[in-house]
Amino acid sequence: MAIVVNRPKLTLAEKCYLPSIVAGLAITWKHLKRALFNKGIVTMQYPEEKWDANMPDWYRGAPTLVTDEHGKDRCVACQLCEFICPPRAITIKPMEIPDNDKWRKVEKRPEEFDIDMTRCIYCGLCEEVCPEQAIYLRKDYSITGLNRSEMVHNKETLYKLGGVMNGLVFKWNELK
Amino acid sequence: MDTALILHFLTTPWVFLIWTTFLKSFILLNVVLGVVSVTVFAERKVSAFIQDRTGPNRVGIPMTLLGGKKDIPFWGLGQMIADPVKLLTKENFVPAGVNKFFFWLAPKLVMIPPIMVLAVLPFGSSLFGVEMTIANINVGVLYIFAVASLSVYGITIAGWASNSKFPFIGGIRSSSQMISYELSMGLSIIPVFMVCGTLNLNDLIDWQIKNGWLVVPYWPHGFSLGQLLHPAQLGQSLIAGLSLQRFLLWIPLMISFVIFFVSIFAETNRLPFDLPEAEQELVGGYHTEYASMNFALFFLGEYAAMFAGSGAVVSIFLGGWSLPIIPDGSQGWLWGLVNIGVWFVKVSVLILFMIWVRWTLPRFRYDQLMKLGWLGFFPIALFNIFLTAVIIAFVHH
Repeated sequence: MAIVVNRPKLTLAEKCYLPSIVAGLAITWKHLKRALFNKGIVTMQYPEEKWDANMPDWYRGAPTLVTDEHGKDRCVACQLCEFICPPRAITIKPMEIPDNDKWRKVEKRPEEFDIDMTRCIYCGLCEEVCPEQAIYLRKDYSITGLNRSEMVHNKETLYKLGGVMNGLVFKWNELK
Repeated sequence: MDTALILHFLTTPWVFLIWTTFLKSFILLNVVLGVVSVTVFAERKVSAFIQDRTGPNRVGIPMTLLGGKKDIPFWGLGQMIADPVKLLTKENFVPAGVNKFFFWLAPKLVMIPPIMVLAVLPFGSSLFGVEMTIANINVGVLYIFAVASLSVYGITIAGWASNSKFPFIGGIRSSSQMISYELSMGLSIIPVFMVCGTLNLNDLIDWQIKNGWLVVPYWPHGFSLGQLLHPAQLGQSLIAGLSLQRFLLWIPLMISFVIFFVSIFAETNRLPFDLPEAEQELVGGYHTEYASMNFALFFLGEYAAMFAGSGAVVSIFLGGWSLPIIPDGSQGWLWGLVNIGVWFVKVSVLILFMIWVRWTLPRFRYDQLMKLGWLGFFPIALFNIFLTAVIIAFVHH
């Protein structure tokens, strides 16, 4: 059965708008007066003030590469991230680790690892798919550059942004 | 040529009239265009404050461009220059399929009427014996009605010539909005003429100086500096101001004022009556397809209309350039300047009030506006005329 909602009966004061208009003007005047004395303004002056301290741990910023506690790069150049990346932002050139290297038994490492930040959509699939927990989405969000080539993060930049990650990190955070 | 001869030529009455009129028009036009840009800034700032934001506060003197270390923000006042520069340097994109001639004509039709209205507004008493009205004509108020309504053509033509649905709806809305408020606007002003007996804005202001502003009609024979020195005289004139007819006439005049002022909101397409624009419903309304300076002309037209509308309200109801106690320009050029200042202050207050209202009230629905115009203001304005007539006829001093 349909529910009948009757129109509310309005008093004369409500019908002629003016009292409620005055009431509304009083409210906006209160806000105007408060703001004139620089109180109650909620705007954050962005480049000077930032919200970074309040960013959650599961924030998905720019993808980065991390090294482990031994200073070894975790990436083994399996190229899974390259294959899963929806916008194909990742390009990896793998290399074999030479015989005389300390980490010879790892066999592979990336020679070049490029992430094109003009393509990256910050989806976090690369982080999810990585079997070695080598790629992480960190909290950098203002990635800028003056041309396209500056927007491509190479291996060096990625390691610099990523830093060191100790031990196993639970990456299947439900919020991520 | 001899300087005396030139002076003689310039002070010949008709030559004097022509060059002073040109000078007044030139100065007023430039001042108004400047005021428009200040108003846009004020609008952005006031809206920001009402919504607990900061508003534009960055654009100032770009010292970094000149090799300095830090920009001087200057409270964001540079925005007043940045906005027009942005609009001027944008690409003037004209979509294919528009009716070119009318598409180009429409912005001008919106821009010109408010500026024409300024011609009859007395923006000051007199300066060096020159009357501070560009055209002192007897049909002043009728002229305002006639010219101000023309801008609706610009909006309708813009909507139609754009060959696009949203502007078209905007244009249609504008024309039907016009017929619903214009009638009550015209009728609302009739009690003023019945009381003052003149259509000339200058005479209207003279009447108000002598009898008190129409919204606060409580001082007969005007205040003056001389009266201030004689308290007895001042008291007498105040008591004489408290006659029954005066008090009763105040009621219809206040009704007139409210209806006229609300109609000015509709006339200038300001919220709560900005149906032709209605960003949330119609993208941009009638100027959806416009860009660059063509768009800027619409913008300019809207704010110039605000200025002209406030000027009309000030002249008719709020005593124009007059302020109690302050003498007019015949007492010296300094007072003339003060009068001009008073006029601008009054107009600015009204403009600020319009901005304030804009950020308070939501938009009226389409049918609500028609209902308000036809079933609300129209009968009230008609009744108001009879009320005034009855008071004038039967209540004597």
